[in-house]
Amino acid sequence: MLKDLFKPKPKYVTIKRPEERGIQPGQPEKKELPDGLWVKCNNCRQIIYHKDLEGNLKVCPKCNYHFRLRARERIAYLFDADSVQESNPGLISKNPLGFPEYEEKIEKARKKTGLNEGVVTGVAKVQNIPCVFSVMDFGFMGGSMGSVVGEKISRAFEYAAKHNLPVVSVTAGGGGARMQEGIISLMQMAKTCQALNRLHEKKIFYLSILTDPTMGGVFASFASLGDIVIAEPGALIGFAGPRVIEQTIRQTLPAGFQRSEFLLEHGIIDMIVERKNLRETVARLLRFHQTEEVSREEVSADA
Amino acid sequence: MRNGNSYSMDFEKPLRELERQIKEIELFAKEKEIDMSEEIARLQAKEEALKKKIYSELTRWQKVQIARHPKRPTFLEFVEMIFTGFLELHGDRLFRDDPAMIGGLAYLDEIPVTVVGQQKGRDTKENIYRNFGMPHPEGYRKALRLMKQAAKFGRPIISLIDVVGAYPGIEAEERGQGEAVARSIMEMAALEPPIIAVLTGEGGSGGALGIGVGDRILMLEHAYYSVISPEGCASILWKNATAAPQAVEALRVTAKDLLELQVIDEIIPEPLGGAHHDPEKTAQAIKEALIRYLTPLLEYPAGRLLAERYEKYRKIGFFEEIEQPEGNI
Ligand SMILES: [Zn+2]
Repeated sequence: MLKDLFKPKPKYVTIKRPEERGIQPGQPEKKELPDGLWVKCNNCRQIIYHKDLEGNLKVCPKCNYHFRLRARERIAYLFDADSVQESNPGLISKNPLGFPEYEEKIEKARKKTGLNEGVVTGVAKVQNIPCVFSVMDFGFMGGSMGSVVGEKISRAFEYAAKHNLPVVSVTAGGGGARMQEGIISLMQMAKTCQALNRLHEKKIFYLSILTDPTMGGVFASFASLGDIVIAEPGALIGFAGPRVIEQTIRQTLPAGFQRSEFLLEHGIIDMIVERKNLRETVARLLRFHQTEEVSREEVSADA
Repeated sequence: MRNGNSYSMDFEKPLRELERQIKEIELFAKEKEIDMSEEIARLQAKEEALKKKIYSELTRWQKVQIARHPKRPTFLEFVEMIFTGFLELHGDRLFRDDPAMIGGLAYLDEIPVTVVGQQKGRDTKENIYRNFGMPHPEGYRKALRLMKQAAKFGRPIISLIDVVGAYPGIEAEERGQGEAVARSIMEMAALEPPIIAVLTGEGGSGGALGIGVGDRILMLEHAYYSVISPEGCASILWKNATAAPQAVEALRVTAKDLLELQVIDEIIPEPLGGAHHDPEKTAQAIKEALIRYLTPLLEYPAGRLLAERYEKYRKIGFFEEIEQPEGNI
């Protein structure tokens, strides 16, 4: 039954640039970034002119705080204009456990984000270098990983292995595995991780970019396993949630605990890259790992 | 002896009451030197019937309580009863030896195997030493080191899982708990020998899956396996950890649930009341299942095992595909 649902051949839909869809690239989500002329920075509490924030990749011009991005915004910031083709946009969740209020939560998340699920995958180019991408959206149930997220990411990895394309993954999964799908969500960790072995076998480059927040089952699976792991400044990244740790050890956690800078200091990530330099860094790393095979590979909708 | 006598499970209270009555009557009969064997036999029959009734109607939460029972056999006790010649190997070669995770060499009947698993303490002192069976990153790295060693020598791997969760602490985060668990999951998926995992008690999320990827996943009747701790789920959904009984109903964490969801391959029955009532019998049931599953896997031609293992996890997921109108994103 499940097998019938699995379609190995991905379908592609061209994603229009945000401008073409009649919205600004950085159109804010009300709850996370209040709409209007002015925005208060979550970090320095200063008032920022909305357009200044948009013009600065949603990074506070005063304190360098990196606001969270929607998947579409991230894609618009990171990949070449008109190079983005989304795969499997029509995969939607079921409620395998009959978990209370799960359908309602999904429906709310779909309305809020305009996405069918918490990750957008596909093929794109960064400074003309083709890659497979996977970008999570924290706005969709906290970027948690259920069946659909696990499936889309696994398909993306498998597609990359088949077509010799490097992978760029951007994670923002605050809660990790999605509680509402119970053990099925936990198994998505195994499903996504095992697909990485295929990239390894074919010596394909996998770049993992961790953004605020990347926790739990997302961090404890594919997000941690990049050949190179990058984090944006100040992102909350870790296995256990800070509140769980505080309750366990009955201590207040030190300042900066589980932030990108803490992870860099402890040898868990390769580097911290500011958003304004991210595109250039990704392109540089992709270029460095480019093989002839990859550069010859044609990336097309029917690939 | 463990401090298990103080561990009370509400649903067993009627049984405890009946046991107390029987003891009282026995004592009374002895003191007064009167024959009350008929009355005692009647109560004992009642006790047996009540036991069967209680243990056949266990709720999910009651099963979780049995899985957490302080007298439930731990990893080392199971290893002693299931395998012969167990030789413990220590250390991750990077930081230290994690007492919460144990690994070593043993024979399953005549088959040399590598065994790994989390070790809970059998009393307060040992629990502190074992960190209540919650491994740090070095625990997962030790287990992975030993499993890779097994792969080098073509030895099957047996994983016995009983963990409330990978340890949530400052040092665990500093040393990369997420990466340690993730890497173990990824590499287990590609290890060449057969891997059989048995959930013997608690299956606490990533801390369980970190040594839980395999060709066959078996589960003791009263073990549970969950993406989040029942209390954690309850705090999020009901804003109160005491709603854990409702949480496990929603999460569906029992062996029966997982068999229905096709996440596990078989439920290993436990003695009436749980494994702690007859550890030896439980261990023999595990051993029988291990041999039964392992024997055919040993005959698999190279490649088939890994392909089937991949497919096993690849197909887990519930979703549907809708037509996505172009541009509507
Ligand atoms: Zn600021």
